[in-house]
Amino acid sequence: MTRLYGYRGWCVIGLFATVLFVVFPVTNLAVPEASPFHLSEFWVTLIGKIMCYAIVAVAMDLIWGYAGILSLGHGLFFALGGYAMGMHLMREIGSEGQYRSNLPDFMVFLDWKALPWHWWNSEHFWWAALLVVLVPGLLALVFGYFAFRSRIRGVYFSIITQALTFAAMLLFFRNETGFGGNNGFTDFKRILGFTVYTPQTRMALFAITGAALIGTLLLGRYLVTSKFGRVLEAVRDSEQRIMFCGYNTLHYKLFIWTLSAVLCGIAGALYVPQVGIINPSEMSPANSIEIAIWVAVGGRGTLIGPILGAGLVNGAKSFFTQAFPEYWLYVLGLLFILVTLFLPRGVMGLFSAPAGEKPRRWSLKKAAS
Amino acid sequence: MNRRCFFKNTLAPAFAAVLSLISFQAMADEKVVKVGVLHSLSGTMAISETVLKDTALMTFDEINAKGGVMGYKIEPVVVDPASNWPLFAEKARQLLTQDKVAVVFGCWTSVSRKSVLPVFEELNGLLFYPVQYEGEELSKNVFYTGAAPNQQAIPAVEYLMSKEGGGAKRFFLLGTDYVYPRTTNKILRAFLHAKGVADKDIAEVYTPFGHTDYQTIVGNIKEFAAGGKTAVISTINGDSNVPFYKELGNQGLKATDVPVVAFSVGEEELRGVDTKPLVGHLAAWNYFMSLKNPTNDAFKKEWAAYAKAKNLSSASKPLTDDPMEATYIGIHMWKQAVEKAKSFDTDKVIAAMAGQQFKAPSGFVAEMDMKNHHLHKPVFVGEIKADGQFTVVWKSKGPVKAQPWSPFIPGNDKKKDEPEGKTKL
Amino acid sequence: MRARRGMTPARGARSIRALLIIVLGVLLSVAARPAAALDAALVDTLIFGESDDKPAVVDALVQSGDPKAQRLLEALSNGSVQTSGKRVLIVNGDSAIDAVSGETVSPLPADLEDVVVNNRLRLELGTAVAALKLGSLDRDARLAAAKELADGADQSMLPLVKRALEKESDAAVRRVLERIEASLDLKATDKDVRLAAVRRLGESSDASAKTLLLGLLERNAAGEYAEPDEEVRRLAQQGVRAVDSRLAWGERVGLLFAGISLGSILLLAALGLAITYGLMGVINMAHGELIMIGAYATYVVQSVFKARFPGHFDAYLVLAVPVAFIVSACVGMILERAVIRFLYGGPLETLLATWGISLTLIQGVRTLFGAQNVQVENPSFMSGGIQLMSNVVLPWNRIVIIFFALAVLAGMGLLLSRTRLGLFVRGVTQNRAMAACVGVPTRRVDTWAFGLGSGIAGLAGCALSQIGNVGPELGQSYIVDSFMVVVLGGVGQLAGTVYAAIGLGFGNKILESWSGAVLAKIAVLIFIIVFIQKRPQGLFALKGRAVDA
Repeated sequence: MTRLYGYRGWCVIGLFATVLFVVFPVTNLAVPEASPFHLSEFWVTLIGKIMCYAIVAVAMDLIWGYAGILSLGHGLFFALGGYAMGMHLMREIGSEGQYRSNLPDFMVFLDWKALPWHWWNSEHFWWAALLVVLVPGLLALVFGYFAFRSRIRGVYFSIITQALTFAAMLLFFRNETGFGGNNGFTDFKRILGFTVYTPQTRMALFAITGAALIGTLLLGRYLVTSKFGRVLEAVRDSEQRIMFCGYNTLHYKLFIWTLSAVLCGIAGALYVPQVGIINPSEMSPANSIEIAIWVAVGGRGTLIGPILGAGLVNGAKSFFTQAFPEYWLYVLGLLFILVTLFLPRGVMGLFSAPAGEKPRRWSLKKAAS
Repeated sequence: MNRRCFFKNTLAPAFAAVLSLISFQAMADEKVVKVGVLHSLSGTMAISETVLKDTALMTFDEINAKGGVMGYKIEPVVVDPASNWPLFAEKARQLLTQDKVAVVFGCWTSVSRKSVLPVFEELNGLLFYPVQYEGEELSKNVFYTGAAPNQQAIPAVEYLMSKEGGGAKRFFLLGTDYVYPRTTNKILRAFLHAKGVADKDIAEVYTPFGHTDYQTIVGNIKEFAAGGKTAVISTINGDSNVPFYKELGNQGLKATDVPVVAFSVGEEELRGVDTKPLVGHLAAWNYFMSLKNPTNDAFKKEWAAYAKAKNLSSASKPLTDDPMEATYIGIHMWKQAVEKAKSFDTDKVIAAMAGQQFKAPSGFVAEMDMKNHHLHKPVFVGEIKADGQFTVVWKSKGPVKAQPWSPFIPGNDKKKDEPEGKTKL
Repeated sequence: MRARRGMTPARGARSIRALLIIVLGVLLSVAARPAAALDAALVDTLIFGESDDKPAVVDALVQSGDPKAQRLLEALSNGSVQTSGKRVLIVNGDSAIDAVSGETVSPLPADLEDVVVNNRLRLELGTAVAALKLGSLDRDARLAAAKELADGADQSMLPLVKRALEKESDAAVRRVLERIEASLDLKATDKDVRLAAVRRLGESSDASAKTLLLGLLERNAAGEYAEPDEEVRRLAQQGVRAVDSRLAWGERVGLLFAGISLGSILLLAALGLAITYGLMGVINMAHGELIMIGAYATYVVQSVFKARFPGHFDAYLVLAVPVAFIVSACVGMILERAVIRFLYGGPLETLLATWGISLTLIQGVRTLFGAQNVQVENPSFMSGGIQLMSNVVLPWNRIVIIFFALAVLAGMGLLLSRTRLGLFVRGVTQNRAMAACVGVPTRRVDTWAFGLGSGIAGLAGCALSQIGNVGPELGQSYIVDSFMVVVLGGVGQLAGTVYAAIGLGFGNKILESWSGAVLAKIAVLIFIIVFIQKRPQGLFALKGRAVDA
């Protein structure tokens, strides 16, 4: 236990958990609506969504901050997990859709008479849960195996991950592919028998997401503080050297890559019931680049940093699209530029720099890639 | 370590507190009613939706100048969901629960509408949706001021089949791959079958969003047209129309050979196109800027003045089009319904909306149906002129009642012509 | 719209009466006729009357043989007829001519209104005017008229066409008229005439010939063929196959051209990126926005020309090219100095920072020019196309862009291999440290090289403005493609970019003709992913100890 975090670290986590599992549910469910202490649904869904993003950010930090692999297509795994869960939720609508049919609405208006093969067994939750883990995992495994085996690195790797997510996005936009096309999946009614949009279900999803976030953090911390983590950092810093030392870097990279993808898939699966819709634009290259931005803003290689980064950036987005709807893109753009220029170690770099030493501005090779 | 914990413990809650304080702005002023505007101001849909936000703001100013709604001044709350569908749902929830708006005017794409629908139904909010769409939806909490397929697509195809329209025998259904073209084409195919057109004379082709290279497709159209007099029915989404028309013009496909009727191309979309090679191609709407009647003249004048006053980028060439007119009608009808119901309460306003009438810039009196939440609107088929305006070549005798559940889709005959769960007053 | 009675527009029905009259009209128009006022009642029906009555009026006007009638019909199809109250005026700039009496009316009355001409009327007018023009002295006018008639040819025109053929000496016009004659002969009662016509049509390479031959093979509801004779039908089948194979060649040519065109566009878009990334290792996610800025610069030049020099509008493109280059290059250089120079050595940092820049630039353009697309008109020499074969039209704008891309490529090549700047850029790319030792001002070369790459992006934007939308999000649609080309082609050498661009253009178009646009794009992307696995450095790579990116 102490290896993971010191006494203070555990205090913080404990506090966070208390806020999540005690304060939030009480102020949302128990406190009456009229009271000023009531926490509205809006915040529950917003923070739940941000926590899902935070899980993705931690997953990204594992591969980028610790293994030096920048993926610009991680949104794909997130979306795949979301779609797997979404399929199940669509089946759960049963015949309460617009067309009163056992098939999802979009299949009815495409004139399909039966479920396509990839929807097999989607009415069972356990199958959907399995898919949430298997589909992103397998895709990552195959893609990563071939990519790492060919020693594709750095920018090339980033670009082909972009190509992968872009191709997948185009594929899912096609209505014939059988995933609802541009409309995606929406209008969910039930999950595991509970109605999706009651405050209780929402809070339950919120709590599960919070638990998943804490779990991811702890898992990540466990990995990076172990010998495995050391090897990963060595791969990041100088892959050739560690290869000469006798380690098969392929295995290490592949493992962390696949794990990261699975975590993203789980985050996606938790995201979809809270947000109520999934659509192929989640796979857009822009979304995946934003994930990298969260990690960069928060601070690479710290695990806590990306959580902060995800919270800050998404919170800023939520705030600015309401307060300054005409100018929020300027703010966001400037934020990225300034953080990359002046905070190469992200927001966390502000806190952990030893007192008196200004963080070096244009640090070159060390922090590179 | 110390600082880190400290910041982490205070930063997030402080942030949250600041945010909630800002949105809790005390409404201690005199009578004001908040109204939400939910249109994308950035992202792919900004091109189409920004102008609707401005139209809404203009209409609010007009109403406020005349004393507001029941004496309350309208205070618009504008948010930018950035063409991001989950953000639409989040912003809708924000408008309804945080800002506590009385009504929301917004959305453009069907995805955005479908993503906010559960929110409106859960929180019993009210949405006015001003864009032509594919039908197949009827919600108690939404009023649809845009055209349903029978108020746009079907009359246009009938026109094309008539002598006037060129007597088309073969139809090339070209659209962007999403639900609006898919559903519209499904309805049209059934309609064409009913008129005796065989499947071999109907081609259905879909292109992805943002597709710009139409060379092969125009070639395919030419090949298809060799088999008989052909008309193209284009449900291509907004932006991609420009390269399509340019390719048509350059490859010499004239409107007298193969007329193209589009359902998503209005005056605004033609702004970015050289319209000289497009003369004779068609569009079908419930309103054209070129309509000559006093209401439209006043509407156009008001818009031109507003654009100039607010220094909008379109001020040099102010254009009005159908979704703008629909927004305008929707806002006015809401005002009338509120005044009839003497309350802002959603259910009362919904009940009072039935049968509302408003003298629309289309020159007809638009009427909200008693039951099905859609407007009775006139249908116009217009030809593109060299200056980017439309000449009306056909119009319906009067307003046409909407059929949100198209009779051409099997199973729709069992659907009721009113939303489920409607409260009656 | 309610279905009208008798909606099936049987051509023969309306034309038998009407076009016999055209024949008369042509004969009569040849004879000199005194200029008298047009029949006001006819004009009134034509402009204000019921649509069903208009074809008859058109024919009557043609029959009258009055040159004023021809003028009115031509003006009507050009859209220069307007009405003032009940008066019908042919408007020409500041003055107008009364259509009925022929007298000049100036100044223009205030209450002018347009006349509604729909597609049906336009078709009638086109045929009528063409018939009138068949007897014209100008060869080009006769050719155009003959082509126009081919669209609306009808049985009763046969004597007219035959007579025109007798008098016609020009080969091109004869060909068109012969085709019309053959198409009309298909309905002749004499079987031999029909056979000859079918044979003639089978030799054509026109899509309309195929339509006519197919018409013979159609069956009506009772199962009978439109063409009663077996031998004629067999010949028609063969003819259809022959025309099809000729048309197929046309399609192949079209496909080839489309592939080259797409390739040239990809090349333009990716060339700038190839320089900044390949030569400098900078991932510029704002590259798309530099393209967009070039397109907007073209728009601004166009607007200036429209406002100040409307007479020389076509020349705007010539000026727009250098302007777009300079503007984008300047923006690029500012970016380099302000942001990117601090991030060298960290390609992933530059990626993120330039992404932020791209968001800012998009929003900046949106604020300046509005969120809507802006209109960029093609100059007249870029409109239309060359008709290569009957079903292949090569648009001028694409042809110009292909040559433009080649020119830019050549210019780039020359710059890199023959100039000092090019020498420095190549040196810095290969070994920065050594180049610095030798005295190359590496910092300044970086700025110039980045400016060069951005300027080329601006040129790409200028070209793109001629074929597609110009809006704030223009760059977003090209950034992924540009990256694919650069990655596929390999960094460090321009040849790779060229081959990759052309290859991707072709691949995309060929796949598209098989499986549609979306699957083609997906297949191309998958291909790139797989290719990079096999050959991570791309098609052409710098030899030697390549530094890990």
